[in-house]
Amino acid sequence: MPSERERLTQIKGNLQRRSQLIAIVRHFFEQRGFLEVETPIRVPSIAPELNITAQQSDDWYLITSPELHMKRLLAAGYGPIFQVSRCFRKGEQGRLHNPEFNLLEWYRPDSDYTEVIHDVEQLIAEIATAFQSSPFLTYQGTTVDISPPWPRLSIREAFRALAGWDPTESYNAERFDNDMALKVLPALDTRRPLVLNEYPAPAASLARLKYGEPALAERAEVYIGGMELANAYSELTDVSEQRQRFKKEIAQIELEQGKKLPLAESFLEALNYLPECSGIALGLDRLVMLFCNATHIEEIWAFSEENI
Amino acid sequence: MEIEEVHKNTKLMYQGKPWNVDNAEFVKPGKGRAIYRLRLKNLLDASTLDVTFHSGEKVDEASVSNQEMQYLYKEGDHYVLMNTNNYEQTFVNEEQMGDKINFLKEGVLVNAQLLDERPIDIAIPVFVELAVVETGTAIKTATVTAQTKSAKLETGHSIDVPAFIKEGDVLKIDTRTGAYVERITAKK
Repeated sequence: MPSERERLTQIKGNLQRRSQLIAIVRHFFEQRGFLEVETPIRVPSIAPELNITAQQSDDWYLITSPELHMKRLLAAGYGPIFQVSRCFRKGEQGRLHNPEFNLLEWYRPDSDYTEVIHDVEQLIAEIATAFQSSPFLTYQGTTVDISPPWPRLSIREAFRALAGWDPTESYNAERFDNDMALKVLPALDTRRPLVLNEYPAPAASLARLKYGEPALAERAEVYIGGMELANAYSELTDVSEQRQRFKKEIAQIELEQGKKLPLAESFLEALNYLPECSGIALGLDRLVMLFCNATHIEEIWAFSEENI
Repeated sequence: MEIEEVHKNTKLMYQGKPWNVDNAEFVKPGKGRAIYRLRLKNLLDASTLDVTFHSGEKVDEASVSNQEMQYLYKEGDHYVLMNTNNYEQTFVNEEQMGDKINFLKEGVLVNAQLLDERPIDIAIPVFVELAVVETGTAIKTATVTAQTKSAKLETGHSIDVPAFIKEGDVLKIDTRTGAYVERITAKK
């Protein structure tokens, strides 16, 4: 085992690159008229999600994403906003996971999810230009051509081709998650980034359903180098629909895990005033990994749980 | 134990057999269920098996204990060990011994892992001291890099050593890499 000094010296170049990358991100959003905001990390209620466990802090929670408070700002008439926010998800630890991590999240009023996907294409092209690698990125031995626009693939097409069924016709959460992780993602071509879109309605989470096609949600995920990098929504603005989804999720969590999560009432109240908008959460640490060609998140994160 | 607690080198009972977790990969779509992909190595015959678990599932931990043992000698394709507590003799096979035999002298103490009294793995010290029994002279060439040559150790294993090492010298060796570290004593 290397000493702490050796270990930290080894990753110093990566941490310098990380700092440069965050400066580029801030510049990118400021130039486009986004306001940088800060929202609380310790909160009384969160968006209930069956597969994301929040770390408790007394009776409150550490945020798993800054989404709810950022939407409250949007509901108050703020224009485009962005934030780099520390988030916590209990038990998530591995090559691409640390229980404490950073989300880069941004929202655009009066837009749908295709526009924030466009933003992420431009952002990554701009970072590559700044690091003089454009339009290529070499990650884990694969040269990725990141020139926008990136290929789009619907969940229906991806699953029909690679898993042999259509989850937008008959959804099964367990089968969907398994096949996504074990059949679909490993088979995707990593020489280009990929936007997977049009998720099954039951996997919509906080996304609104597609107009005229209620079996599909306006949700997209960005994959680069085989890594899930960002998740985008046309945001759900229908309060009663959102309340119903939260209640359903809270009931399911109580059934499976025996925990009763509180309903985020202040958020639901604000949702009455939320304009049509789109939003995206991007794993900032994974973005740093991509540009450092890091295999493991520990190579870009100075103090993981193992050496904290 | 919960699948969440399983790490690399955890010992598990699975399908009635004992396994070492050679690799544990955590796969989780942002919104989806966590999946744990394990590469298992059978502790008795070294065969491997890939298995997938989901969060919330439980696995049986293999009850493995540690015991100091003395390596006595090789007999056929087995290596005979003696429990230093009760002087009972047992053995490990060639697969379990692996490359470690290259650095193991008869009479040396090792730490054995036992599954139901049966040794399944042994750990040898990180550094060992072994004497050189045979070495030639390095061929002198015009170069600025350090000269090395091959030296045969008392265990029969050969390693690269600096040119100044002579027969009878005792060397310190890193058993993790098999590399020469330094000379402990020169031949008198």
